[in-house]
Amino acid sequence: MRARLWLELAGFAVLTAIVAGLPRYVSDFRARELAIVGMYFIALLGLSILTGYSGQISLGHGAFMAIGGYTTAVLSIDGVYGHQIRDLWTIPIAGVIAGMAGLLVGVPALRLSGLYLALITFGIAVSFPQLPKKFDHFLGGTTGKILNLAEPPFGLRTTTNNWIYYLTWGIALVLLLAAWLLVRGKAGRALKAIRDSEVAAASSGINLATYKTLAFGISAFYAGVAGSLYAIANAYVNPDVFPIILSVYLVVGLAVGGLDSLVGLIAGAGLIYFLQNHADTVARWINHLPALNLDPKQPGIPSMIFGAVLIVVMLLLPTGAGGLLRRVFGPLTSRLYTRS
Amino acid sequence: MFLYAFTWTEFAQQVAAGIREGAIYAGLALAIVIIYRFTRVINFAQGEMATFTTFIAWSLMNHGLSFWTAFPLVLAIAFAGGVAIERVVIRPVENAPVLTIVIITLGLALLLNGLMSVIWGGANRQFDGPFSTRTIDVGSVPVSVQDIGIVAVSVALVVLLALFFRFTKLGLALRAAAVNPESSRLVGIRVGWMLALGWGIAAVLGAVAGMMIAPVVFLDPNMMQTILLYAFAAAVLGGLESPIGAVVGGILLGVTITLLGRYVGFIGSTLKLPAALVLILVLLLARPGGLFGRVAVRRV
Amino acid sequence: MNVLELHDVEARYGPVRALHGVSLEVGEGELVAVLGANGAGKTTTLRAVSGTVRRSGDIVFAGKKLSRRPEATARAGIAHVPEGRGTFSELSVWENLRLGAYARRANIKEEAQRVYKFFPRLEARRDQQAGTLSGGEQQMLALGRALMARPKLLLLDEPSLGLAPIVVTQIFEALARMKSDDGMSVLVVEQNASLALAYASRAYVLEVGTVVVEGTSDELRANESVRKSYLGY
Repeated sequence: MRARLWLELAGFAVLTAIVAGLPRYVSDFRARELAIVGMYFIALLGLSILTGYSGQISLGHGAFMAIGGYTTAVLSIDGVYGHQIRDLWTIPIAGVIAGMAGLLVGVPALRLSGLYLALITFGIAVSFPQLPKKFDHFLGGTTGKILNLAEPPFGLRTTTNNWIYYLTWGIALVLLLAAWLLVRGKAGRALKAIRDSEVAAASSGINLATYKTLAFGISAFYAGVAGSLYAIANAYVNPDVFPIILSVYLVVGLAVGGLDSLVGLIAGAGLIYFLQNHADTVARWINHLPALNLDPKQPGIPSMIFGAVLIVVMLLLPTGAGGLLRRVFGPLTSRLYTRS
Repeated sequence: MFLYAFTWTEFAQQVAAGIREGAIYAGLALAIVIIYRFTRVINFAQGEMATFTTFIAWSLMNHGLSFWTAFPLVLAIAFAGGVAIERVVIRPVENAPVLTIVIITLGLALLLNGLMSVIWGGANRQFDGPFSTRTIDVGSVPVSVQDIGIVAVSVALVVLLALFFRFTKLGLALRAAAVNPESSRLVGIRVGWMLALGWGIAAVLGAVAGMMIAPVVFLDPNMMQTILLYAFAAAVLGGLESPIGAVVGGILLGVTITLLGRYVGFIGSTLKLPAALVLILVLLLARPGGLFGRVAVRRV
Repeated sequence: MNVLELHDVEARYGPVRALHGVSLEVGEGELVAVLGANGAGKTTTLRAVSGTVRRSGDIVFAGKKLSRRPEATARAGIAHVPEGRGTFSELSVWENLRLGAYARRANIKEEAQRVYKFFPRLEARRDQQAGTLSGGEQQMLALGRALMARPKLLLLDEPSLGLAPIVVTQIFEALARMKSDDGMSVLVVEQNASLALAYASRAYVLEVGTVVVEGTSDELRANESVRKSYLGY
């Protein structure tokens, strides 16, 4: 057990080193791309606590990201009593507000199981984009709200993109540590027990309601932080910034990354980013294969490719990348791993 | 709250419109319920499958076939398609986590949607349905024959399904496979094929729903997207396992949403979908199994 | 000719091997018992025959190699009443019986009448949900369902489990009559060894996945050391 602990800590240190050093070797634009991957990673961390550890499926976490993003937008532009809040400080506030929304959802979620919950949260994801349109005076309607361009604070001399990169990944690493501690600790064990068997967990004295609701709140907090960062990086928010399909992407990223593997989530985050922004690259690449004549610009091709990729990936990796890793490296580390 | 003057005639009209809306959701909701009840999968691709088969119908009619000649052909194609999808895409991951299967159906939805755009293009199309669009007067309320036809078809589907499940050997086998797959194998039922049959039946139901809806809303690849959401709501409302619940839930939902949208200014048309969601949520809290569902009681 | 022959059959649940080479035979019209302590592999033996567990080794049924898939063994004429009876608890008694004859073309009404003659209580409860029946009635239903298939071989797993002695006797009596009426062969797993030996002509005793003793009921009953070590009485 101790060996595993050292292994994980070492892995964390390596990750930190990579994150710290990477911008020196990549272009400014790449840094921004990596930052956005980091934001998805944060959201996925939260989602994995909810789905991977407490076993509740949410198809609506894009809505919590939207809450975080809009909170940041409103606070930094309209401010509180006209006093604008610097975008940096809005991040924790956005997280907390999203987290509270998550708790609010978590309470009725207790009464819903599995697929019912998936459907209701899907309903939330679908309904949410309507709200800014309804409360357009406050939330900007379909045009949205425009934020000030993000600037490195305290006169730090670095580019905007690098700043966003460090901000995002700094927060990501802190939140990763927090998630890791949570999962290893009493709460994590309780959540895993709930995931494996609610009846058994409850009979062992675990308060199902508290932990399940808490899981919702925490995962929403993470998503809110991610959404807030996204708003800052984007410099504007509107309903299309957090579309319905974002919630789907999150779940896909989670499933591909593997429900149990915190590091596999980086792969999941990367996948989301890639599919969202580079579907045309994939189309062009497929075009090189003989006998296939796909015009990547034709509407419908990106959807087809994304859909096909999803199906194939899930067929090949039903337990996600984390599951695959476990199967490949399992025998090697079987003495280090306990079945969780 | 009532921002408009209220007349009974208009109320009746709204109710009629709501019933017709509801019948539309009900058709697709039936398909969702069938797949869930017999294969325990929520099929997010149900809407796209229905639209796809409707496009096939359109193509056939474009080549000169009349609606009623094309109709059985389309049903047969839909059935085969549903069976094939289950065998090829769902069967390999039967025992995978729920999330994986959900994502596969989502992927399937995207794939079909894209495929439709590629094959037929995204433009709106006229679809000539089997019912005439003239209106007749029911009491003092003008109702279109088409609307009556849609409702009648939905009801007929439920009745046919009920008869199939209750009185035929195959229907019984399908129910048995859903209830106890182990014992079903022991009496010789090929459970795998029963699952495929469930998907085939659902695909047929979806095809019928699509062909009923297309004359009303025009045919395009995104035709079923919003309807699918309302159909999920209707299915959940009725209790995910009950075909009757799907139809009743659909009609109830349709009427309630239409009335709310018309008479509660705050909701208007923007918030109809969120309103549906809130309704469903409230109902599920009061009755976790939906209107007609049964909940497995787990007392701890 | 033997209705059933097992040749060195092995079976496993994942990495755990439950049967280490079991050989046995059941003749036509015979009632053969499989005895032994918990965990000896008795249930697994039946499952190996019906195909509900992965197995290796040959099984010959009515002269032909037996398929490894449960749907196929059922269609070949084997009816398996598993541990816990395996009734379709959400379906009615009548529907359960109807399912029993799924693999045959048969006049369901006539076949059901036959079952009702053996178990009149089932007729009274025709339309009741199977899950609401008492334990004894469920066992009758399970047997009745098997009978609807007119099997050549009936596999029975622990029919006496959890039932009052009177009910158990009723069931075994019915079993004996069914056997003589149809020429059906029966392979029954029982923990209650004395009960099983009273009705069986031959028996096998399993321990840790292999056959340790075999013989006619009389032989086994007469052998004190066998009775004490393996049969518990």
